[in-house]
Amino acid sequence: MDIGTVIDAAVSQAFGPQAIVFALAAIGLNVHFGYTGLLNFGQAGFMAVAGFGLAASVVTFDLPFLVGIVVGLLASVVLAFILGAPTLRLRADYLAIVTIAAAEIIRLILGAVETKSWFGGSNGLTGFVKPFRDMNPYGSGLDIGIASWSRTDLWSMTVGWALIGLSCLLVWALMRSPWGRVLRSIREDEDAVRSLGKNVFAYKMQALVLGGVFGGIAGLFHVLKQGSAVPTDFNTTFTFFAYAALLIGGAARVFGPVVGSMLFWFLISGLGSIFSQLTGGTDPTLPTWLMTDTQASLIRFIVLGLGLMLLMIFRPQGIFGDRREIAIDAR
Amino acid sequence: MHRRPVALLAALVVALLVLAPGVASAEDTPTPSEPTSTATAGEQPSGTTQAEPPDSEYYVSVVLIDSSKKTKDSPGEPVPGVTLTVETPSGSPVGSAVTDADGRLFIPIESPGKYKVVLDEDSLPDGTSLSGSAATEKDINVFLQGATNVQFQIGVTEGTSVSYGDRISQAIVKGLKLGLIIALAGLGLSLIFGTTGLTNFAHGEFITFGAIATYFFNRGLGLPVIAAGICAIIASGLFGYLQDKGLWGPLRRRGTGLIAMMIVTIGFAILLRYLFQYLFGGSTRTLSAYVAQSPHTWGPIRITDKEIATICVAAAVLLITCLAMMTTRLGKAMRAVSDNPALAASSGMRVDGVITSVWVLGTALTGLAGFLLAVDRQVNFQMGFKLLLLVFAAVTLGGLGTIWGAVVGSLIIGLLVEVAPTITIFGVQPVPDSIKDVGALLVLILILLVRPQGILGRAQRIG
Repeated sequence: MDIGTVIDAAVSQAFGPQAIVFALAAIGLNVHFGYTGLLNFGQAGFMAVAGFGLAASVVTFDLPFLVGIVVGLLASVVLAFILGAPTLRLRADYLAIVTIAAAEIIRLILGAVETKSWFGGSNGLTGFVKPFRDMNPYGSGLDIGIASWSRTDLWSMTVGWALIGLSCLLVWALMRSPWGRVLRSIREDEDAVRSLGKNVFAYKMQALVLGGVFGGIAGLFHVLKQGSAVPTDFNTTFTFFAYAALLIGGAARVFGPVVGSMLFWFLISGLGSIFSQLTGGTDPTLPTWLMTDTQASLIRFIVLGLGLMLLMIFRPQGIFGDRREIAIDAR
Repeated sequence: MHRRPVALLAALVVALLVLAPGVASAEDTPTPSEPTSTATAGEQPSGTTQAEPPDSEYYVSVVLIDSSKKTKDSPGEPVPGVTLTVETPSGSPVGSAVTDADGRLFIPIESPGKYKVVLDEDSLPDGTSLSGSAATEKDINVFLQGATNVQFQIGVTEGTSVSYGDRISQAIVKGLKLGLIIALAGLGLSLIFGTTGLTNFAHGEFITFGAIATYFFNRGLGLPVIAAGICAIIASGLFGYLQDKGLWGPLRRRGTGLIAMMIVTIGFAILLRYLFQYLFGGSTRTLSAYVAQSPHTWGPIRITDKEIATICVAAAVLLITCLAMMTTRLGKAMRAVSDNPALAASSGMRVDGVITSVWVLGTALTGLAGFLLAVDRQVNFQMGFKLLLLVFAAVTLGGLGTIWGAVVGSLIIGLLVEVAPTITIFGVQPVPDSIKDVGALLVLILILLVRPQGILGRAQRIG
C-alpha cells in the first residue's frame, strides 16, 4: 500500500474546502447545540436557502454578485425567524423533528419540477461563481509533499479559513460576554434563567439567528467552492455528518467544530483511500468476494456511524470538550 | 398518482392502400372491411360518424389504438374523435378526417407520392396526450402499385387518463395502503417511544431491515415470498431483541440521557444504512413473485390482488395489536411502564423485561411494514429512510406514545400524501406530485405547533 497517497488524500481533505464547509456549519451548530442546547437538525436548510439565495439572485434575477451574497445571508436570517418563532418553545426532541422536516421541505421545493424556472430543478443552478473565481490571486496550485491543492481550491481555502478565523473570534468573544453566559445558563436550566428575569425566548432566537447565519455562510461557501448549487447537497445526512464533526471535536468549545471537521475529513478520506487501494488494481489485496471497490467506498461511512455511536456512549464531550459543559441530558 | 412519462401507447396504424384498378378489392386489403354496425350512435362522441372506405383509388387508412389499455384479447381501446390530416410535403392539406368509434378513419388521396400524416394533438381525448418526444407527424410514401402498410407508434402519456372521480378513488386506495404500512411502522416507533422515551432516528432502517430480510429469505434461500416475509418478521423481532440486550438496555443502565441516545440512534442509522448498501448494493431489486399484477376493476376502484392482501393483513395486524395492548396483561404492563417506570418497578413489575418485549414487538411490526413495502414496491437500501419522516409525521399527528394515535395519524398522512396531488383548484395544482411529501411534513410542523400532544394524546408539558 502506498502510504504517501493515503496521507496526501487525508491531509488535503482535512484542510481542503469540504472540511471548511463542515467547520462553518458545525460552528453554527455549536452555537445552537453546544452553547444554547437547541437541537437544530435543519442546518442543511439554512445552508440551502443561503446557497440558493445567492445562486437564484445572480442566475435567475440577474442581480450583482455582492447583492446575491447579501440575499443569501438575509435568507438564512429570515429562515431562522420563521422557524424559531413558533418552535423555540418546544421540547428538544420535538424541535429536532420540526427542524429536520423544515429542511426537507426546503430541499424538496428547491428540487421540484414546478420551481425549475427559478432554482433549476434537480440539476440546480450554475454560472454565478465567476466574480468569485476572478478574484483568485494565485497563479498555480500548491503541492507541499504531504498534501496538494489545485489553484481554485487554494483560493477557496484562503477565503474559507479566513471566514473560520473570523467566526471563531466572534464566537469566542460572544461566549465570554454576559450574553454568552446567559445562553449557557439557558442550556443548563431554562427555568432558573427565566426566574432571573431574562427573556429566554429572545435569547434563544438570537442564538438561532447567529447559528443560522453561520450555516448560511457555510452554504454560500459551499456553492462558491463547488461552482454550482444542487438541492441534493443539502440533505439530512449532511446535517448529521456536521453533528458528527462537532461531536468529535467537542461541543461548547470554540475550536471544537473546527478540529472536529478537520479530523472528520482526515478520517473519511484517509479510510476511503486505504480501502480503495486495498481493493483496486488487477490483483487486489482484499479478495473481491469480501469487498469490491464499490463496497470499499462505503466502509468509511459504516465506520463513521459506529464511531458516532461509540463517541456518544463513551466520550460525549468529544476530544476537547469538558464533560461538565455538555448538558446532553437536558430535556 | 405517478405521472411517469410512460410511453403508453399507441399504435397508430397507417395502412396505405393503393388500389390499382382490377388488382385489389377492399376485401383483400388489411384494413378492417366492414364497419361494425353494432356500434350504437350513443357511444360515439359527437362529430364522428362511422367511417367507410372511400371509393377513391388511393386512400390513407389509420386505426388509432390506445395500447395503454391493452388486454389479452385486444391490442387496446380505440381512440375516437381524433383529427388527422394528410398533407403534401410542402404543407398544403390534401384532406382530413376524424377517427370513428373504432378509432378508424380513411382519407382519400388523389395520386401516389410522398405525404405527411399529421395528428392534431388538441383533438386527443382528455387523458391521452402525446409525450414530448413523440412525433405528431409521420412521412409516408405511397407507391404506385400494391398495398403499403406503415405502422408507427406514438408515445402517449396517460397523464390524466382517468376521470377525476377515478383518480380520487385510486388515490384513496393507494393512500389507504400507504397509511396502513406507515401505521405498522409508526406503531412500532410509538411503542418504543412510549415506554423508553427514545426518539429513534434509526427506525427507517428497521423498515429496510424487514424488506431486505424478505429479499434474502426469498431470493437467497429460495423460500416463497410469504414464507420469506414471515421469516423476515421473526428476524426483525430477533434484531430488536438483540438491540435491546446489546445496546439500548446497557445504555439505559449507564444512565445515558435521552438526547445522547437520540444521537446514538443517528449513528446507528448511518451504520445500518451503509451496511445495507454494502451487503445489498445500491440497486433496486424485486422479489420473486407478486411483482406486477393487473388490477381488478370494480366500478371506480382499480386494485390489484397484492394491494387487497396488503390492506387486509396490515389492518388485521393493527387491530389485533391495538386490542391486545388494551386488554392483555403485557399491554397493561407496557402502559404502566410508559406512564411511570419507577412506579411500575416498585409495584413489582420487571420493567426491563417489559421494555425488551416492547422492542421485540415494535421491531417485528416494523419488519412487517418492510415486508409489505417490499411486496408493494421493490427493495432498496434507502426505502425505509425515505419513509422515516412520514412515519414521524404520522405518529406525531396521532400522538406520540399513544396506541390508536399512531394508526389514526398514519391513515391521515397516507391519504393526505396520495390524495393531495389529485386536487386541482382553477387549473392550478397546489401540491404537485414531485413534492407530495411536503404536505405531510407541513402537517408535522403544524401539529407540533398547535397541538404537540397530537390528536389523541394527552396534554402534558412539552416545552
